[in-house]
Amino acid sequence: MTRASVILCLAAILGGAALVAAGNASGLVPTYVVSLIGKYLCFAILALAVDLVWGFAGILSLGHAAFFALGGYAMGMYLMRQIGTRGVYGNPVLPDFMVFLNYKALPWTWYGFDNPLFAILMALAVPGVLAWVFGWFAFRSRVSGVYLSIITQAMTYALLLAFFRNDMGFGGNNGLTDFKDIFGYPLQSDGVRRGLFIASAVVLAGALIVARSVVTSRFGKVLIAMRDAESRTRFLGYRPERYKLFVFVLSAVMAGIGGALYVPQVGIINPSEFAPGNSIEAVIWVAVGGRGTLVGAILGAILVNAGKTYLTGAMPEIWLFALGALFIGVTLLLPHGIVGLFGKREARKS
Amino acid sequence: MSTETILYLDGVSVSFDGFKALNVLSLVLQKGEMRAVIGPNGAGKTTMMDVITGKTRPDEGKVIFGNNTDLTALDEPSIAALGIGRKFQKPTVFEPHTVWDNFMLSLSGDRRPRFTLWARETPGERERIEALLETTKLVEHRHRRAGDLSHGQKQWLEIGMLLAQEPALLLVDEPVAGMTDAETEQTAILLREINKTRSVVVVEHDMHFVRALDVKVTVLHEGGVLSEGTIDHVSSDPRVVEVYLGR
Amino acid sequence: MVADFLREIRPECGGTAVANTIGTAGMCGWLDRENDVSGFIRRLCALVMGLVLVGPALGHAQDDPFAGLAGSGFDDIRRGVETLATAAPPQAAATILALQAGALFAGADGGLFIKAGDGFVDARTGKAVAVPEGVKAVRVNNGVRRAIEAAMGGLTLFSPDPVVRRSAAEAVLKSRDAAALPALTRAIAAEKDEGIRGVMQQARAAAVLATADATQAERIAAVGVLRARGDLDARAMLASLTDQPAAVREAAAVAVVAIDRMVQLWGLAQGVFYGLSLGSVLLLAAAGLAITFGVMGIINMAHGEMVMIGAYTTFAVQEVIRARAPWLFEASLFIAVPVAFMVSGAVGVAIERGLLRFLYGRPLETLLATWGVSLALQQTVRSLFGASNRDVGTPAWMSGATQWGGLTITYNRLVIVVFAVLVVAALMAALRYTALGLRMRAVTQNRRMAASMGIRTPWVDAMTFGLGSGVAGMAGVALSQIDNVSPNLGQGYIIDSFMVVVFGGVGNLWGTVVSAMTLGIVNKFLEPLAGAVLGKIVVLVLLILFIQRKPRGMFPIKGRAVEA
Repeated sequence: MTRASVILCLAAILGGAALVAAGNASGLVPTYVVSLIGKYLCFAILALAVDLVWGFAGILSLGHAAFFALGGYAMGMYLMRQIGTRGVYGNPVLPDFMVFLNYKALPWTWYGFDNPLFAILMALAVPGVLAWVFGWFAFRSRVSGVYLSIITQAMTYALLLAFFRNDMGFGGNNGLTDFKDIFGYPLQSDGVRRGLFIASAVVLAGALIVARSVVTSRFGKVLIAMRDAESRTRFLGYRPERYKLFVFVLSAVMAGIGGALYVPQVGIINPSEFAPGNSIEAVIWVAVGGRGTLVGAILGAILVNAGKTYLTGAMPEIWLFALGALFIGVTLLLPHGIVGLFGKREARKS
Repeated sequence: MSTETILYLDGVSVSFDGFKALNVLSLVLQKGEMRAVIGPNGAGKTTMMDVITGKTRPDEGKVIFGNNTDLTALDEPSIAALGIGRKFQKPTVFEPHTVWDNFMLSLSGDRRPRFTLWARETPGERERIEALLETTKLVEHRHRRAGDLSHGQKQWLEIGMLLAQEPALLLVDEPVAGMTDAETEQTAILLREINKTRSVVVVEHDMHFVRALDVKVTVLHEGGVLSEGTIDHVSSDPRVVEVYLGR
Repeated sequence: MVADFLREIRPECGGTAVANTIGTAGMCGWLDRENDVSGFIRRLCALVMGLVLVGPALGHAQDDPFAGLAGSGFDDIRRGVETLATAAPPQAAATILALQAGALFAGADGGLFIKAGDGFVDARTGKAVAVPEGVKAVRVNNGVRRAIEAAMGGLTLFSPDPVVRRSAAEAVLKSRDAAALPALTRAIAAEKDEGIRGVMQQARAAAVLATADATQAERIAAVGVLRARGDLDARAMLASLTDQPAAVREAAAVAVVAIDRMVQLWGLAQGVFYGLSLGSVLLLAAAGLAITFGVMGIINMAHGEMVMIGAYTTFAVQEVIRARAPWLFEASLFIAVPVAFMVSGAVGVAIERGLLRFLYGRPLETLLATWGVSLALQQTVRSLFGASNRDVGTPAWMSGATQWGGLTITYNRLVIVVFAVLVVAALMAALRYTALGLRMRAVTQNRRMAASMGIRTPWVDAMTFGLGSGVAGMAGVALSQIDNVSPNLGQGYIIDSFMVVVFGGVGNLWGTVVSAMTLGIVNKFLEPLAGAVLGKIVVLVLLILFIQRKPRGMFPIKGRAVEA
């Protein structure tokens, strides 16, 4: 993760995004492609978040898609409130599914989500608070390694079951969809699509800069030290639980932002985003690109998802085989990921 | 009793599933003293270290550090912050980091995330690291990855990291295991040098090394103190001979 | 002689009457056969029986018991039903049934006809007749319906079929009809089945409480009988006794409290059974994992797919049996168990040899690689068997349920509990007594030492992993009976299985057993409070909190070795 490779990556993200946006404005690139790449960029933010905890703190979270989805739900709730009277039932306050389920009033969980700033704040705060509570318990009792992985998976599984319930008030099985506007502009228009895409690229670039400055700081060095020799850091007087908690919360917030940008671009958020498989897939993006390299996480997320788009379209029955083979192949043959193939000392043994 | 006590273990017992790793162990260490602790395998040497540094909580007994701090109520980082450093049996350094960074992370100072997140290297820190490089003879290796050092160099790096903590008491677990004779000799010199300013407890198997240190020796056996005194005294103690040779 | 006597007063006895409904007819046949055998005692007995049976009917012997049904008012019809039921001629049941079904027609001349298909039969004789003219359907109201129900109860009390008798007794019990008292008294005397007699006595007790002329002592005794029955019906009956003497009411109130306590206890027991049943499912799913994860420390995310393969093996075995040897179907599960063990075990060995052995000491990578395996296995099964659910048959001996006191025990759940016990017992025995088990324990305790003792550790690794996978396959056979057999079957169990093993303490098979049962019971008792899904979420959250408090489970293995 040299300075040069990060700068190169930043240039590629921002330059590429500018090029795609310009191509779209001049009619060369169809809008659906713009949104598709925008979706990849959101996944790349999630991958960056996973790499931050897995690559640098050794925390293999199998529940990061939950933070992503929570951020997505916060944004989805704002978009639902924006529909207003244009819903099927035309209720000015209640979203369609609430009218359908005979809600009389807006549940308290929905208060304030008509305000975009509040919604964005919640997209950061809800994943952050969940990560803080979860991490505070887990790291303090020194749950680590696979045990931590299993309980993070149980966490996202519990959320999956919870969000499937209609009486949670988040649209149950169907989730939130049929969005119309964002910040007062029609969501379907090319301009808004482009704007969201550019926002994703900028946020991704920002996230990369933040992640890099964290891991190259003295804090980051302590984190890496902890990953490989936790008890040594403890006998030196460091408190690993505080370091892990900080980076876990930061990572969850980052994933939440990714989710918040993802939902307006795909137009739907439903409980299947909490499926344990999604979180594990995010881990494999990081593994493909190269764990602990940041740049690799972004690369892996974009490559794997582009492959997924291609395969699920061309040969749907092959996709799960390909994904399965990717999991096996990367762990067996490519432990340092794609970046590890190029860098001298950029990737390291696990 | 002219000198003051720095460490006092009072009737410490630890058991794992019925196995008594420590059995009413009592031990007193004076400030500025260097003590060698020897004993056969399973005598409780490492468990004793674990109890002092807060890794293992004793079932019974007290561990008093300095005047009246009971270590059994504290966890590892708090005990480290009080000024107790520990070197592991197997050299444990931060392998992905350079020698320089290893020292920098070990320098005494603020350990909280909110500090380390923004911390910049100060000239004072640089000076201290240079001095440590000198002491541990790693000056030419400052930019090498710690993982690439030789076994002996790693041992020295770890001792240097403990010194960087500036502890009042140093616990050293088998510092010369796997070292060449020359390295062993130099380690003895280094430890004696350190002992000029700090108290040291050395756990060791190597009798030549213990003899070279020339300090008071405590022999542990089955979790308790079997014998204590000079190396000549304990090696002529029939019970010690029995434990080491007769079985 | 007795038969002659009977023939005189009940002409139908000697006729063609085929005993279709009422025991008395059968009794007539018995008397006929015995006619030529002389013997004072037998005759006396028969006489007594005959009198008992016929006694109540004597008063109406000359009258036409059917007459009331042809009457015009509802009251006439109701009384007609009661009269017919008390007299109980052979056609009575069929007639009353027809009335209930609205198929009984009355002519102006008092003729009664039952509509059967397109034609009619005479209600009195049961013989087909030409379509009568000017007949009207006999109408019923609620009063008549109640009478019909009570009458049917009384009539079927004498059926030769014990199932019919039992349900008749239950029906009378529920109707609390005082009019059924004489019929019940006779039926109790004639009943040979102790269980049915018990129900009849309970029905009689209910009837006694409903009559006007029972003594207080009889009533209190009746309360006692109902209290002994102890179910919700009895409770409802006892709770509704308002127009009784004070002493009876008091006894009833005490009985209600006692029944409530019993019902609560049975409810608790039922909950425990459901919990044990769910716990057995969890245990079966987790038992294999307790070996691969608990003993070997391998994070096998494809564990659920081993279960799924076991379920599909069951399906395949049944398909072969259906095609080649349908008579073997009842035994299909017994054949499927070893086959599933072998198939899943072989897949397990292949995974260990082909993949896991390169990843020892790298648990997080193992997790990812086995997740990849699980995806590939799911897709393979989807390609082979299709994405939809496959129908795995249930042998007859596993369907149905039995009542044990206040407990309802379904056979398939019971079989799964027993199967889980057998599987775990076999697993423990295998670990303790077989050569493989010994080597396995040696390798897990000290790999290097075991290797230098001449144990081929790679072989032991493969066999251990195969064993764990095979056990998962056997679990699949059981789960195919209660869950949908689809490629996603395994996904539903993987998180639960890991939770069970971690909760119980890794490396501790007993811990896994206790943990599975605890989780099963807690889950089942939370369900009524919180609903099934919320209950599961609560359990998951509690588990997460528990693991964070005690990361090594309920029964941790202590020692210096595990602290490193």
